[in-house]
Amino acid sequence: MYVLPALLLIAVLIYIPLGLSAYYGLMDWDGIGDMKFIGMENYINAIQDSKFWSSAGHSVLLAIFSTLSLIAYLAISMVLASKIKGADLLRKIYLVPMLLSSVAIAQLWIKVFNPSNGMLNYILMKLGMENPPSWLAEPSIVLYAIFIPILWQYAGFYILIYYAALKNIPDSVIEAAKIDGANPIQIALKIKLPLIMGVVKVTIVLAIVGSLKYFDLIYVMTGGGPNGASEVMASYMYKLAFSTNNFGYGSAIGFLLLAITLVVTIIVQKLTASKEEIQY
Amino acid sequence: MGKRKALTFFISIMALFLFLAGCSGSDDNSQGDKGDAKTIKFMHLWPEGSSAQHHKIVKDIVADFEKEHEGVKVDVEVLSNEQYKDKLKVLSTSNELPDVGMTWAAGFLQPYVSGNKFASLDDVLDDGLKDSFVSGTTEAYAIDGKTYGLPLELNIVSVYYNKAIFDQYGLKEPKNYDEFKDVVKTLKDNGVAPIALGNKDSWTGSLWYMYFADRIGDDDVLTKAITREESFEDPALIEAAKDVQELVDMDAFVKGFNGLSDEEAKSMFMNEQAAMYLIATWDLPNYTTNEDVPQEFRDSVGYFKFPVVDGKGDQNSYVGGPGVGLFVSENSKVKDEAKEFVAYFTEKWGERAVTEVGVIPATKVDTKSLELPQMYVDVLNDLNSATNITLFADVQMSASTAQVHLEQIQALFGKDITPEEFAKAHEDALSAEE
Repeated sequence: MYVLPALLLIAVLIYIPLGLSAYYGLMDWDGIGDMKFIGMENYINAIQDSKFWSSAGHSVLLAIFSTLSLIAYLAISMVLASKIKGADLLRKIYLVPMLLSSVAIAQLWIKVFNPSNGMLNYILMKLGMENPPSWLAEPSIVLYAIFIPILWQYAGFYILIYYAALKNIPDSVIEAAKIDGANPIQIALKIKLPLIMGVVKVTIVLAIVGSLKYFDLIYVMTGGGPNGASEVMASYMYKLAFSTNNFGYGSAIGFLLLAITLVVTIIVQKLTASKEEIQY
Repeated sequence: MGKRKALTFFISIMALFLFLAGCSGSDDNSQGDKGDAKTIKFMHLWPEGSSAQHHKIVKDIVADFEKEHEGVKVDVEVLSNEQYKDKLKVLSTSNELPDVGMTWAAGFLQPYVSGNKFASLDDVLDDGLKDSFVSGTTEAYAIDGKTYGLPLELNIVSVYYNKAIFDQYGLKEPKNYDEFKDVVKTLKDNGVAPIALGNKDSWTGSLWYMYFADRIGDDDVLTKAITREESFEDPALIEAAKDVQELVDMDAFVKGFNGLSDEEAKSMFMNEQAAMYLIATWDLPNYTTNEDVPQEFRDSVGYFKFPVVDGKGDQNSYVGGPGVGLFVSENSKVKDEAKEFVAYFTEKWGERAVTEVGVIPATKVDTKSLELPQMYVDVLNDLNSATNITLFADVQMSASTAQVHLEQIQALFGKDITPEEFAKAHEDALSAEE
């Protein structure tokens, strides 16, 4: 009874549109005129669509990078949480990107990456590099260039979560370890990390799911270009539905995106599942 | 406990009602207004922030219209370009299109017409309005012989260049492609970026390709390939792609053009970091009347027609076409008033567009009676002597083919594909639609 309002909201805003998009995926529909039922054709096309798979590959790559970057965030939070000077200020600095909207971040990094006037290439040229790359224009590097702001954007979020979790560890546990003669690295890896493992698992799932459905910076900064080199699943879905007027196919891709994300999430949860929760 | 349960239930039901009421709010409004005044819903894409002059004129025209038509109210909604396109599509799926709105020509229009969403405006045109349009402009809005939009703008594309930079290196306006290549070489040798191009948006690169196609082949070679009278693997269309790649090899375009937006390319041209910029006449205010641009820069901008290539082509043949136009919704409850409004709007817009906004309207302009900057007079004269205007390729094509075209343009400029592959990809996409 008490969860009814929430359930209604979720049903209206999420499950019904979800069902609808699966249904639209069965249609040949330009989004404007009449729908025509074509069965599984859109889904079959999508599975054979090399562009879809290359964009899925890019999404997976982003998921791998964001998961790896968690290690760095964890290390930073460990340092922050160990009562160093200025930890408070640093924590706030790391949080700033989270306060900016995606579009503002995109505009900022477009300027940084500008091939002739951008800050990055300006520094590289000052350092003596004669022909620094055009970051967003070269198919071989555009994807990695765009990962930098995406990872940067979420750094503050994960650092905040880890920081809070680490602060929750009772001092007595650390004191005891110190008395037993553990060095700081041992304390970090053998005491602190196991104690916050539950949080780490959640962030891994968050990072992977967030990456697989990632859209905003890519859409604003490159639009998936040049020639699909930075296309991810969500931007490909948007392009099909809104730019090529192929709502049916776009919906099918959207549904596949959901299915892939769901499967990956379940796998990750299975892989990271442990039998017992460690207690203080 | 039972009481609390009931209360929660009650609140949740109320919340649901609120939610549903919020969803259907628009219907209630239109019914409420119906009693005494008729309301025309009008959606346009010139927000006050980014197009102040456009916005003001629209407001004036709407006010005048309301004054002259007792009992008719115009309800205006403004969105910026991309949001406008998305919203229009969403509204049309739920059959809630505004009575009057803005549309683009040909390919954009097609699904709305075949979905029976837009009303034919032939009766409005036959009412004497037809003669006031520049010939060829309303045709871009015609499908199967019926016209579904009244164009507001007409644009042609030319090469704008920085006279100060040209003078500095003793260059003059090139008349043919060889001279053009010499200009590029000289600029390059002197460390000046020759051409500003923002090909992230890829319609910009398409302009270059279209001009090469127009000059090398007949002026309708591209149009015929799109309308399937001819193949896209025409030698002229492949040759045009080769010329594009030749320019890329010469480093004619600014560094990293495939990652730059048109806005960024424009700002490079306007900050004198690049000498030339191929763009349509919608940019004219920046080079003439826009007070935000330094006078010195505006004075130093000139333009020339795209050169002939290998002695072929006609410099008076242009790439261009009408920009946005007005449509009337087929399901409008106030269709007659809406039609009256679009006719009124196009007429008044035509009178004020050039002088106040600097937009070249699709309706005929009498240059003699108006005080205009010289560049406008030149462009309007060019229009009068134009032998052909080829409509922008991505506008001519259906949405999905246009997407292929735009991606292929990026790949062509990025040298990911050969000219032959470029033509073949187009041919495949076009023939798949037949």
